[in-house]
Amino acid sequence: MPPKSVADLRVAALISVGKHPSSGRARRADQDARAVEMGLGLAPGGLEVIHAGNPNETVLRDYAGMGLNKLKVIEQSADADVVPALSEYLSDDCPDIVLTGVRAESGESSGMMAYLLGEKLGLPVVTRIAEIRAITDGQAEVLQALPRGQRRAVRVALPFIASVDSAAAPARQSAYGPAMRAELEADSRGIEIKDEVRAGWEENPARKRPKRLKVVKAKTAADRFKAATAKATGDGGTVMRDETPAEKAKAIFDLLVEEGVLR
Amino acid sequence: MILDSLIPVLLVLALVLAAAGMLKRINLWRAGQPEKVNLIAGLMAMPRRYLVDLHHVVERDKYISKTHVATAGGFVLSMVLILAVYLFGLQSQLLSYALLGATALMFMGAFFVWKRRRNPPARLSKGPWMRLPKSLLMFSATFFIATLPAAGILPEAFGGLVLALILTAGIVWGLSELVFGMAWGGPMKHAFAGALHLAFHRRPERFGGGRSTGLKAVDLKADKLGVDKPTDFKWNQLLGFDACVQCGKCEAMCPAFAAGQPLNPKKLIQDMVVGLAGGSDAKFAGSPYPGIEVGKAQGGPDQSITGGLVSPDTLWSCTTCRACVEECPMMIEHVDAIVDMRRFLSLEKGQTPNKGAETLENLIATDNPNGFNPGNRTNWAADQNLRLMSDVKQADVLFWVSDGAFDMRSQRILRAFVKVLKAANVDFAILGDEERDSGDVARRLGDDATFQGLAQRNIEVLQKYKFKTLVTTDPHAFHCIKNEYPELYPAGSAVDYQVMHHTTFINELVKNGRLQLSAHKGGTVTYHDPCYLGRYNGEYDSPRELLASLGIQLAEMERSGFRSRCCGGGGGAPIIDIPGERRIADMRMAEIREVGAETVAVGCQQCTAMLEGVVEPRAEVKDIAEMVADALVEEVA
Ligand code: SF4
Ligand code: SF4
Repeated sequence: MPPKSVADLRVAALISVGKHPSSGRARRADQDARAVEMGLGLAPGGLEVIHAGNPNETVLRDYAGMGLNKLKVIEQSADADVVPALSEYLSDDCPDIVLTGVRAESGESSGMMAYLLGEKLGLPVVTRIAEIRAITDGQAEVLQALPRGQRRAVRVALPFIASVDSAAAPARQSAYGPAMRAELEADSRGIEIKDEVRAGWEENPARKRPKRLKVVKAKTAADRFKAATAKATGDGGTVMRDETPAEKAKAIFDLLVEEGVLR
Repeated sequence: MILDSLIPVLLVLALVLAAAGMLKRINLWRAGQPEKVNLIAGLMAMPRRYLVDLHHVVERDKYISKTHVATAGGFVLSMVLILAVYLFGLQSQLLSYALLGATALMFMGAFFVWKRRRNPPARLSKGPWMRLPKSLLMFSATFFIATLPAAGILPEAFGGLVLALILTAGIVWGLSELVFGMAWGGPMKHAFAGALHLAFHRRPERFGGGRSTGLKAVDLKADKLGVDKPTDFKWNQLLGFDACVQCGKCEAMCPAFAAGQPLNPKKLIQDMVVGLAGGSDAKFAGSPYPGIEVGKAQGGPDQSITGGLVSPDTLWSCTTCRACVEECPMMIEHVDAIVDMRRFLSLEKGQTPNKGAETLENLIATDNPNGFNPGNRTNWAADQNLRLMSDVKQADVLFWVSDGAFDMRSQRILRAFVKVLKAANVDFAILGDEERDSGDVARRLGDDATFQGLAQRNIEVLQKYKFKTLVTTDPHAFHCIKNEYPELYPAGSAVDYQVMHHTTFINELVKNGRLQLSAHKGGTVTYHDPCYLGRYNGEYDSPRELLASLGIQLAEMERSGFRSRCCGGGGGAPIIDIPGERRIADMRMAEIREVGAETVAVGCQQCTAMLEGVVEPRAEVKDIAEMVADALVEEVA
């Protein structure tokens, strides 16, 4: 573990109920568990693990088995939009770092949580992080995970929200004894907003689509290796390094207008 | 004569000190967790357990068995007579002669102990144990000589002061080793602790020809799960550790030790003794854990065992093959202790090493160790046209398929067994996707919560259907369902079926004339006893009878039957995979090669996987079900 110097750092990890890919059974969600693992490494004493949902969900104890004495459960019914409740809770006494998984394994699984919370709380969002390497002078040195094992180092000022990628350190084993003895502290005082939009949706299991056959052109093992590891080279696009922030912002703004995102 | 007045004083002194030491020792044991035993019945049963059950184990080594009878018998008799003659002053020539006889007998025994110790095999501990035969000789010789005058063979005051002094020195030596040392941790401690261990053994079912091999369930509601400190063991487990005679029979049998993995069951038990009494292992004078130096380990009754006394790697090297337990003349339960300590690591610390944690997670989420979709459990039988219990509700036989369903090699065994069942027109059905892993691996990895969860859900399913016999090709599932599930049946319900291994079942079919078999074709065959069928369940005969009815004359390996060597596949050992110098499966294959076998018959898919993992050239590995299926004489309709 690299030194995470700040002694009184406060970290919140948001956890959800996962879903096992082959059995579909409820489980500790992989990325959320990695977020808890990261939180334990950063601030073993100042970590708060929060779930918005059903306080009687036993699977939550699988997170507690990682060595947590207490889980905070903000009571929400199954059809609630948990963002308002979570942002209300977090804004009250905002932690330095809020960690989530990139995408939930069940429910909408939209991957929007980090962004929506960031918007509500007015915090910067760092996506898909693999590691927080150090925290100095109120700034965190963060490694973002890019495809093919690449990493990007960024610095971000506290407080911020980060979504934890599957490339982050795997979660430790959950131990049954501590899991069963941990306290699930239910909190039912918060607001609860029904997710009206979602209520109108109909859910179907995804259809398996035929996969496009990959034609391997490489003739040698070296070629195949290169094909598998080479940097994805996007066509078009420009890398702006030396321009002023204003110029960079202008370029992004123009692109968004061009693509019709902003009108 | 001075001796006449000195001996009673020495005796009283030795006895008082011994009594004090015994009380102290008893208190060390009592620091363990409570466990109900029947004190009176245990003590009453002790002589029989010693003379019959223990002797049965010791008898495997004729030399030491005879030697021990002479030495121990001679000593007990001498001691009784010494007390009568010297302490209570019963003067009779007859008694004196009897004492002469007893000490002579003891001397003879001690002589042979000494002889064996002149060039001791590596498994025996040295140190104080090398002193013991001399102390025995000294005790018997001095009391023999001291008694000669009383028997009227030598004149009173023979030898004068010089002899009296020499005899006094000898008596002091003898009494300190044999009486005082018994209570204060000398080699003779084994007599005191061993006798009580027999009386208060945690598995009294083992005596009188019985068998008790199922692990005991963890109370999942307890404040602490598993064993962290020596005092977390049950008190009679601590007592059991203290009974060890450091004979090293367990060490000589342990496959992990032979493979150079950091485990030696004898050292482990001695480390438990260090733990319960407090101190270091510096005085241990036997073989170390391979690769770990002796003298560095520290422990105490209230110190965490894995925090400096025993490395977790030692605990995870064990294949739970039970070879040590089978061999131990003191009836010590190594496997119970090892799994107890694993339980703490898994359930409290979340420290199941290597692939262990992943396996447990899979078992929890998918009911099988490799994380396959539980809905694919019956895919192997897509072309077999098998009946499902959920459809038929009852059948004569329930075929417990086990996780072999997910493994292509094991599926060949399953299909072969189905072919045999069909050939014999057995009315059978399977559970299909309602079946789950038996929980064997989870339990041996110390995760009793997952084991109990799997077992309870399996039991619920089993209770839904009616069948007379449950048959499985997997000895691990066989052991769990037969020996470990009954404890978990809900109160008020009971097991109403018998559990059989497929070799037993097929053998019965053959005996009842329901199968026509042709002779086996091919070269020499040997048979590898799976630990969980043999030592765990005592089934050595059926597989052999069955092979004989295929016309096979087995070329038996030296390590076979109750002395069979593990394939290395049990106890989650291949999942944890603690490195050693050799692989257990390779050692076993070498033994198979030694008897010139072209085929090794097995009765377990785990053994099949382990032995087939050995690089070629090697003997062909075949499950008995496959051999029988090949030899079926199909009736021409
Ligand atoms: S544990 Fe048993 S077999 Fe092993 S050395 Fe001790 S007495 Fe002998
Ligand atoms: S059970 Fe087998 S592997 Fe484990 S200590 Fe005993 S002999 Fe060794």
